[in-house]
Amino acid sequence: MKNWKYIVSLSFLICLIFTLPNFAKAEDEQKEKFNAGEVILEHILDSYEWHIFTWKGHEVSIYLPCIVFNEGKCYTFSSRNFHENEFYKTVNKTNSEELVFTIPNEGDYKGKIVIVNADGTQKRPFDISITKNVLALFISCALIIILFYLVTKAYQKRGEKAPKGLQSLFEMLIVYVRDDIARKAINEKSVDKYLPYLITVFFFIFINNLLGLIPIFPFGANITGNIATTATLALFTFFITNLFGNKEYYKDIFNTPGVPWFLKYPLPLMPLIETVGCFTKPFVLAVRLFANITAGHIVVLGFISSIFIVAQISVAGGVGMSLFSLILAIFVDCIELLVAYIQAYVFTLLSALYFGMASKEEK
Amino acid sequence: MLQEVARAATDLAPLAKLGAALAAGIATIGAAMGISKIGSSALESMARQPEAAGNIQTSMILAAAFVEGVSLFAVVVCLLVAVG
Repeated sequence: MKNWKYIVSLSFLICLIFTLPNFAKAEDEQKEKFNAGEVILEHILDSYEWHIFTWKGHEVSIYLPCIVFNEGKCYTFSSRNFHENEFYKTVNKTNSEELVFTIPNEGDYKGKIVIVNADGTQKRPFDISITKNVLALFISCALIIILFYLVTKAYQKRGEKAPKGLQSLFEMLIVYVRDDIARKAINEKSVDKYLPYLITVFFFIFINNLLGLIPIFPFGANITGNIATTATLALFTFFITNLFGNKEYYKDIFNTPGVPWFLKYPLPLMPLIETVGCFTKPFVLAVRLFANITAGHIVVLGFISSIFIVAQISVAGGVGMSLFSLILAIFVDCIELLVAYIQAYVFTLLSALYFGMASKEEK
Repeated sequence: MLQEVARAATDLAPLAKLGAALAAGIATIGAAMGISKIGSSALESMARQPEAAGNIQTSMILAAAFVEGVSLFAVVVCLLVAVG
């Protein structure tokens, strides 16, 4: 098989010949053009239904429940109503008039449920629907709880014996978080206070990143690539840092030692800079995780979409392109596995550093 | 005819998309320069002191993740401009 390189390049070049457009093909107006941008956005964004696949033009999806509140009253209905018709009309529970729900395709509330008032204006109700990301969160949290339950049961059963199987995998990661992240960043006295949160956030981000890479239902929803999820995690870090910071920490913000007096009075420049820094740190945490995961998904989806784009020009070109694209997509997927671990590690490390700075001991 | 040309000349949406695409490319240049500097100094110091290779490797991956994060802020802004 020493000549495999020549065989692969020759077959690729032959397929390239077939990418000449098919002029003899009759105009096929029934087939829709493949819109790559739309397909990629559909996989990245949250939605009210979970589209699994399309079988012979017939869509197979799970229509998730929509739960909205309007004027204090709760309305629950399936998102199948929006798939079949444009509007969902129901009775307003407060004044027994007609209430019209819809999902607009453009404008401020694109893709979200709005109430259409009688004069045509749109109002966004309080929406706590079970969307695709919420359902995926339930599934992944159930998986995490089951995994950790099995690990603790194994510890109870085996006692002081050496760990085996799942237990050894989790022990390796938990000991790594405890020794190389938490104990290095936070002083001895306060480590145990912050350790449960750090381990939780590490495994939450790591496992959700990995599950987002599996394209098969029930995994494959872009959870950590949703700015709402990452912002919530960053908010937790922010609250824990500032609620449990000791007096040293607040003195460092409002009365930084070693800074000349004219930067603090009459114009408190230094406290202002420190306070802004206090808010940007969790914001940066959220955006870093969101951007890394979403960018990775977009790159993989772009490679797979390129197969369909070339296949629209000619089928054999699509076959040649698919060999090329699959190799690249597998390579990028391997990078994504690394990124999944690195982003969890960086988030946990930075949270530990902020906790350490907030609970510094006086020497 | 002249009105259509005037309208097309003052419609800035294609310019915005062009700006977003160019900016994403420039952000990639910055990230590549930063990460290559990190990689080259890490390799050099690993060659000087092979015992510290483990520590150096961890720090290199960490620093590269931070630099990559900054370039991805730019990508997010470009996506917002191109799609919104």
